[in-house]
Amino acid sequence: MYRQWVLTALIAWPLIAGAGVLLAPTRWAKHLALVASLIEFGLSVPLWWMFAPEGGVQFMLDAPWIQNWGIHYTVGVDGISLFMVLLTTFLVPLSVLGSYSYITTRERGFYSLLLVLTSGMIGVFVSLDLFLFYVMWELMLIPMYFIIGVWGGERRLYAAIKFFIYTFFGSLLMLAAILVLVHVVGQRTGVYSFAYAHLVSHIGGLGSLAFWLFGAFALAFAIKVPMFPFHTWLPDAHVEAPTAGSVILAGILLKMGTYGFLRFAVPLFPAVALHPAVQQIVVLLALIGIVYGGLVAMVQPDFKKLIAYSSVAHLGFVMLGIWALTLQSVQGALMVMINHGISTGALFFLVGMLYERRHSRLIEAFGGIARVVPMLAAVLTIVSLSSIGLPATNGFVGEFLVLVGVFRSYPLAALIAATGVIIAAMYLLPALQRVIYNPLDKSANEKLPDLSLREITVLVPLIACILWIGVYPQPILRRIEPASRQFVQTVRLNAAAFTATR
Amino acid sequence: MSLDLSLPADLLRALAPELVLTVAAMAVLLVAAWRHKTVRDTRVVGWLALVALVATAAAAGWLWWNGARPVGAPVMVALDDFRLVVDWLLLAAAGLTVVLSFDYVERERLLAPEYYVLLLFATLGLMFMAGGDDLMVVFLGLELMSVSVYVLAGFNRRSPAAAEAALKYFLLGAFASGFLLYGIALVYGATATTSLTQIGTQVRTLGLANSPMLLAGLGLLLVGFGFKVAAVPFHMWAPDVYDGAPTPVTGYMATAVKTAAFAALYRVLTEAFAGVAAWHDIVGWLAVATMVAGNVVALTQRNVKRMLAYSSIAHAGYLLVAVAVGGDAGAGALLVYLVAYALTTLAAFGLLAAIGRDGEREVRIDDLAGLAQRRPWLSFAMAVCMLSLLGFPGTAGFIGKWYILVAAADAGRLFLAVVLVLTSVVSAGYYLPVIMAMYMKPEPFEQAHANVRLGRLGAAVVAASVAGLLVFGVRPNRLLDLAKATGEGLHAGPATSAAAPPSPPRPPAPSGR
Repeated sequence: MYRQWVLTALIAWPLIAGAGVLLAPTRWAKHLALVASLIEFGLSVPLWWMFAPEGGVQFMLDAPWIQNWGIHYTVGVDGISLFMVLLTTFLVPLSVLGSYSYITTRERGFYSLLLVLTSGMIGVFVSLDLFLFYVMWELMLIPMYFIIGVWGGERRLYAAIKFFIYTFFGSLLMLAAILVLVHVVGQRTGVYSFAYAHLVSHIGGLGSLAFWLFGAFALAFAIKVPMFPFHTWLPDAHVEAPTAGSVILAGILLKMGTYGFLRFAVPLFPAVALHPAVQQIVVLLALIGIVYGGLVAMVQPDFKKLIAYSSVAHLGFVMLGIWALTLQSVQGALMVMINHGISTGALFFLVGMLYERRHSRLIEAFGGIARVVPMLAAVLTIVSLSSIGLPATNGFVGEFLVLVGVFRSYPLAALIAATGVIIAAMYLLPALQRVIYNPLDKSANEKLPDLSLREITVLVPLIACILWIGVYPQPILRRIEPASRQFVQTVRLNAAAFTATR
Repeated sequence: MSLDLSLPADLLRALAPELVLTVAAMAVLLVAAWRHKTVRDTRVVGWLALVALVATAAAAGWLWWNGARPVGAPVMVALDDFRLVVDWLLLAAAGLTVVLSFDYVERERLLAPEYYVLLLFATLGLMFMAGGDDLMVVFLGLELMSVSVYVLAGFNRRSPAAAEAALKYFLLGAFASGFLLYGIALVYGATATTSLTQIGTQVRTLGLANSPMLLAGLGLLLVGFGFKVAAVPFHMWAPDVYDGAPTPVTGYMATAVKTAAFAALYRVLTEAFAGVAAWHDIVGWLAVATMVAGNVVALTQRNVKRMLAYSSIAHAGYLLVAVAVGGDAGAGALLVYLVAYALTTLAAFGLLAAIGRDGEREVRIDDLAGLAQRRPWLSFAMAVCMLSLLGFPGTAGFIGKWYILVAAADAGRLFLAVVLVLTSVVSAGYYLPVIMAMYMKPEPFEQAHANVRLGRLGAAVVAASVAGLLVFGVRPNRLLDLAKATGEGLHAGPATSAAAPPSPPRPPAPSGR
């Protein structure tokens, strides 16, 4: 019972709760949303124990949806998607709690959109039917568009439409590619089906068409990640979005891009993904992302923008890890995805808290506030160090694994990427110093209140995860290892087979 | 139920929907002639018109339910599910237009009950267009519709824009009719018949596929229909006419008229010109031009009504893709898209009529700023309409677009599919600002939207349409089954009747050649 319905419940419950929040009185909205998202988290927690690492895809439910087109409602999770689902259900209640004082207008709309967004995100991570995936992929676009556009900062309209158009453009190309793919596979096998399992097992020998299809998928995902030349929407969206929006955007939405590569673009077109030219381009763009993202972050006067650019760098590590295609690198990529969600999410929460106190995100507006707000300063220090990748924090585990794995495939790339870690220290530590350790020279900063109980409640789970994963990542690694190994093996095997037959 | 259309009794049965509507429209005209003094009279005539439409829909439903099929020689009307389903769509669009008009004609002081009578006659013409199996019937239906709509477009006598709209529509409509007639004449010259089925037979048996006269006729027919569906480069009239006409009439033109024109175009091309391959490419290029021009020009519009006018041109482009694909899949895609498009567009124009004043010509997109705080439900409905027009998943518009894409991909017309996808991205640039204005911009001044009011009937219509959009967007199975069966019936029908041994088609008359 639980096994079969849990994923559907995880998709459906936030939608129902979202409607409930919309209809409830305004002063209850945030409390209802918090309760709803905690129930959602509670629903998802047993997944952690019931998931069998060697069991492949689990918690499947498969029901016909639109038979005329061979479309099914198919959901399931494996080691790759499990933690994305858990990360989502973990971050949403924190985002709701973190928005309690930030969102003051049209609360019902905000919280209900946040819940609808949750449905879309879970849906993206559990869909095993390309049509369902596409629908979910688009569905989460609308709530995010509204969250940025209605509750965002001054340039919110520009940021919202840029976010929408970029993503929409990529996803429509992906739609066309899905259609062509299903059509071609359908002609060959006589079965027109959007089922992921069917497509992935009949994908060989597409010839040059595979390049175009891979290109369309890759573009859609690369915009979302975002990879280097397609990243310009990200700083705008992050800076303008309200705190919860930034947290969700960085914590989960960006992961959809890398998840898309892991789940769809690479396994469906292994021969293209491992084509030397494609490999070189992706690795190069990932490296540019790491170095360029870090360098640009270094010169940002706006703390939020700095974190946004640091995301570009972190996601570069993920792309590098996926393309190195060794067990360690893929495991590392998955770890970076999880860690980035936790650490960067926490950083955005902290920036939001600073903004609520001082109504400025500029680094130079602060200075020496460690004396005034010691708890906030301590937390900010821990989180920043974890984002840099200090050993004994979660950041170290992922990036280290990626570097080890990448070194075996592309030694030079690993060297360059390693400088990214140093660059991370070079942009975050000075910023940290200027915000909390320099002399307290601005009178406006002398009376800032320290963390409230509610804010502590938001941050403690994140800090706990940072330290726990940093010290003892084994439970997570154990659950993602079989899926990573299988990913590496099938992709290598299929790529070799298809290249040979071509 | 098999109907031998050469027998008068069976022919009458086959024409039941049209006959019911003709009689009812005449009756309503008489009522309107006797009682046209007060507001109440107008309203009564409106209700009578609605009753007439419902009765007609029931007649069409009776034929559909009994599975009416023709036997024997083809006559001037077709009898297949395609005709009946399109009839339903037309009647539904007309009915929604009538309901949306109740408040509008009173507010704009267009108090002449003939308004509703003209709507009935226009709908009758549309039904003949969509159901005609003969170029002459198609033409007559088109003229009946056109004359009625010329008057409707200029119904607001006090508005110069409406007069301009009516005159422009009349002049260009007359041109289009000329093209169409000349095309019919040339086709007749080449094949010695105006019956669609027999033209198809003649083209096949006599090997006329490359006859210059036939091709010239085909070209002129395409020009004529191109005007009626507002395909680029024959679209110039559409923005001005849509802009100037009373808003419910604009909705009617953008949905019902377009639906019938597309149904007739599809029937003519696939039945009469099945043996001529050239039209697939010609229509394909028309589709490309229409999609690109419609979407790009719509981007520059600041006025909501005009934006919707250009958007409806863009949608004609998407529909032309379905036509260019042809075959069963093309017919199914065409029907599904028409349903989705008609629902969305009618709801959007209904909402616009509630927002606007003075013919809605002055409502700019920026004027919607902050509407969501004052009228949350109305804004929500408008947002759903915009997303459906954009083709966003979860709405019927997405299902329609998806069907067209599937059909195009299966027919190997990838270029059309890619253009459709790319122009859809462009369309986000003009649909989103509407949502953006309503939700993300502050109200320009207090009480800016105080007089935005949607009457109870209008609200019911809009709510039903929006609910339909969402339901079809998530659970389109029934609609798809219907469209699929209908599309297959369209091509199975003439083929079996032509092959039926007891009564072969009349021997071709070679005298024309």
